Amino acid sequence: MNTNKRNIMLTLAALVVLFGVACFAQTEIDSYVRRIINLCLIYAIIGLSMNITNGFAGQFSLGQAGFMAIGAYMVGIFTVPVNLRADVFYATPMHPWLVNIYFPLWLALILGGILAAVVAGLIGTPVLRLRGDYLAIATLGFSEIIRIVITNATPITNGALGIKNIPPLNDVRYIFLATAISYIIITLLLNSSYGRAFKAIREDEIAAEAMGINLFYHKNLAFMVSAFFAGIGGGLYGALLGTVDPKNFLFTITYNFLLIIVLGGMGSITGSMFGAIIVTGGLEYLRLFDEPLEVMGVVIPLFRPGLRMVVFSILLMLCVLFWRHGIMGTNELTWDKILNFVKHPLAGFRKKGVQGK
Amino acid sequence: MSKTVLRTDHVTMQFGGVIAVNDLNIVVNEHEIIALIGPNGAGKTTAFNDITGVYTPTKGRVYYTKPDGTEVDITGKKPSEIAKMGIARTFQNIRLFKDLSVYENVLIAKHLHLKSDFLSATFRLPGYKIEEAAMRADVERLLKEVNLWDLRNEKASSLPYGKQRYLEIVRALATEPQLLLLDEPAAGMNPKETAELTDFIRQIRDRFNLTIFMIEHHMDLVMEISDRIYVLDFGTTIATGDPAAIQNNERVIKAYLGEDEDA
Repeated sequence: MNTNKRNIMLTLAALVVLFGVACFAQTEIDSYVRRIINLCLIYAIIGLSMNITNGFAGQFSLGQAGFMAIGAYMVGIFTVPVNLRADVFYATPMHPWLVNIYFPLWLALILGGILAAVVAGLIGTPVLRLRGDYLAIATLGFSEIIRIVITNATPITNGALGIKNIPPLNDVRYIFLATAISYIIITLLLNSSYGRAFKAIREDEIAAEAMGINLFYHKNLAFMVSAFFAGIGGGLYGALLGTVDPKNFLFTITYNFLLIIVLGGMGSITGSMFGAIIVTGGLEYLRLFDEPLEVMGVVIPLFRPGLRMVVFSILLMLCVLFWRHGIMGTNELTWDKILNFVKHPLAGFRKKGVQGK
Repeated sequence: MSKTVLRTDHVTMQFGGVIAVNDLNIVVNEHEIIALIGPNGAGKTTAFNDITGVYTPTKGRVYYTKPDGTEVDITGKKPSEIAKMGIARTFQNIRLFKDLSVYENVLIAKHLHLKSDFLSATFRLPGYKIEEAAMRADVERLLKEVNLWDLRNEKASSLPYGKQRYLEIVRALATEPQLLLLDEPAAGMNPKETAELTDFIRQIRDRFNLTIFMIEHHMDLVMEISDRIYVLDFGTTIATGDPAAIQNNERVIKAYLGEDEDA
């Protein structure tokens, strides 16, 4: 059996095992921890989606919040049970065309992703001519525009009141499956010839163009695929919270995902997964800093709500200072590396000279 | 007479008040090796950029004859479109995909011939699988032929300088060009390496049935392999002809050595 097939089998086996874990978590673990696991998974999807443009195609885009909002509102508008809609839209009635349209969650997720991709295509046409900081500012601006349009389209989105009564989805299995499918599709795309073209653009636009890679098409493609998965992630996020509100999609949320991909490694798929777990899980774990602490009867004054963000920021700064390329850099955690480690657990600690082939 | 592959018709390139290339008329015929020489700042690279679509000439047109024999006006077309028509190039300051492996660098150059769309590529439909396998087989053959196969997993930036120059040429070859533009391929090479490169350029010309148009400063290389030479100075063509004629041309000597003011 060749290595390629072996790796595919191992990946599938790992997914089955993890799905087993997810089923176990769903029945045995309390809902607070489940919510954190779900948030990790959703952040992993959105982090991955952001890594397509920022890490692989090398286009510094900060529009993720807007695309998430589109996906979340698609779920919000169409999955609230029809009989509850009058309660939700109590200030301004819902637009009569929409009142009786109901979609199951999976369909709303996919449609949300598609709408986000279409919007990304429209935005990308003018914006992707820009580079670097200018692109970042323009995408940030468009993401705010999306949010403000949503806030003001009251008959459709219930405006600033947000949409409540979305059937809550705190189901680890469902969200795990969505994450696994997104992960597989994104990995397949990035390992295809198109993914290689993205990397070429990241490395050197002028050379990529001279090699016959159409910059405009490939940048737009990366941007749209990224928006598609951000839309799906946003939809799941809305479903997990059970409510969508324009304030959930302020541009500040984009920085969470930027953090995830920088920490995990720009241009690393597995890195984004680790980044999502560390950022989401870490923030929860650090909650102990928010609680008052008494050591031998003395109350330590610093321990009060808000301290965890200070600690977290310091940890991040240290990480970026000493680990500039994130945990994985542009490398991937592959089965070859894992198996190598299992066979020769100490090889990594030997001197570099010994490692040569 | 063999067919004309590339023809520039009164191409002029102006940046503000500076005329970088002035009324350039170049003819490159099939299977020729043509050199473009001139002192620094003469506008050689600008001429290349006009041909490959990086710049749109201020005046004049660029015509290219495709492998099927039809002549097209490529003035102002995108670099990627021009590359697809069969013009490949290298750069004066090496532009490899630095963080990618040698193998990936060359494989990426095959992307322009891919017919499958991104969905069939993502879901690995049979059509894409066949194309991908063919691409990989081509790259393997090419890398073996130029003795870079053993280095395939090295990062491009970790190669020694001379190998990086070769890799850039090989990457250009992978796009299956008809016309290859080399921008100072021997820059920074010692005489021995330059001699090897001279042989290499001849070999690939014959092996891949190429037409080669190059900018070069190493006169040994230029004089040895060029069929014809164009000399630019301050954007203007000051001489054309075969190596022997250029070597004895008064204006060329003046442009390179300057005038003798004491005389």
